[in-house]
Amino acid sequence: MTYANRMVSALADPTRLSVLEKLRDGPRSVGEIAKDMPVSRPAVSQHLKVLKDVGLVGDRSVGTRRIYYIDPKGLGAMRAWLDQFWEAALEGFKAAAEAEAAKSTKEDK
Amino acid sequence: MSTQPGAQSGPQIRPAPVRKSIHVNAPPEVAFDVFTSGIGRWWPASHKIGPADLDRPIIEPRAGGRWYERDVDGTECEIGRVLVWDPPARLVLAWQLGLEWKYDPDLITEVEVTFMAEGDGTRVELEHRDLERMGAGAPAMREAIDAPGGWSGLLELYSQAAGQ
Repeated sequence: MTYANRMVSALADPTRLSVLEKLRDGPRSVGEIAKDMPVSRPAVSQHLKVLKDVGLVGDRSVGTRRIYYIDPKGLGAMRAWLDQFWEAALEGFKAAAEAEAAKSTKEDK
Repeated sequence: MSTQPGAQSGPQIRPAPVRKSIHVNAPPEVAFDVFTSGIGRWWPASHKIGPADLDRPIIEPRAGGRWYERDVDGTECEIGRVLVWDPPARLVLAWQLGLEWKYDPDLITEVEVTFMAEGDGTRVELEHRDLERMGAGAPAMREAIDAPGGWSGLLELYSQAAGQ
């Protein structure tokens, strides 16, 4: 699965999408995010972990609290882009390397 | 209002490295050679920095060598440089293009490629890491989030996928 697909599937869960929507207005703690939601804090934490893994969300400590925020620099998008780039580039590389190997095998014979 | 301790460094996102693994039906020597001196044969021509059409990218075959693109009009644009040159097993390149697809001499993200014999062919593994550095010198890129492929693009993509 490509990274962009993983990102899309990370958002395919409606609850997870709501979690992300809540961060659109600014950084929030897990408690603040969970407050108006019909799911438990551990469930929200789990969703945040998935969003963090795909680079859509970051976190930092403020005192004893952990604050989550949306990636302000587009790194998640950049990573998704690079993931697709390398996927396509390596396919091209594989074809080129195999063509070269086939050529030298023929020359050997 | 007092400043939070540690707030100066600001929030930082550390995206996981991009990792790819592919089996190639070619021995490691050939795979390494095609990856480096043959890069012009597989690098997507659409991915270029300069305004002119791409002739080909070039990786100089030594540690410290340049990695750059040559355009059809003779212009050369830096992409990065060679950090480790260890044929046919390992190659580490510095990818020095930032978020705006521009060369930044102060930015170093690493692309490590390893070539391991696997059966009659080669297992090629690629890791592009330290991506969080791309955000370090760049201005906050809210527009990147709103650009196609960014935040809005993702939501659009999501709604399309969800609608299927």
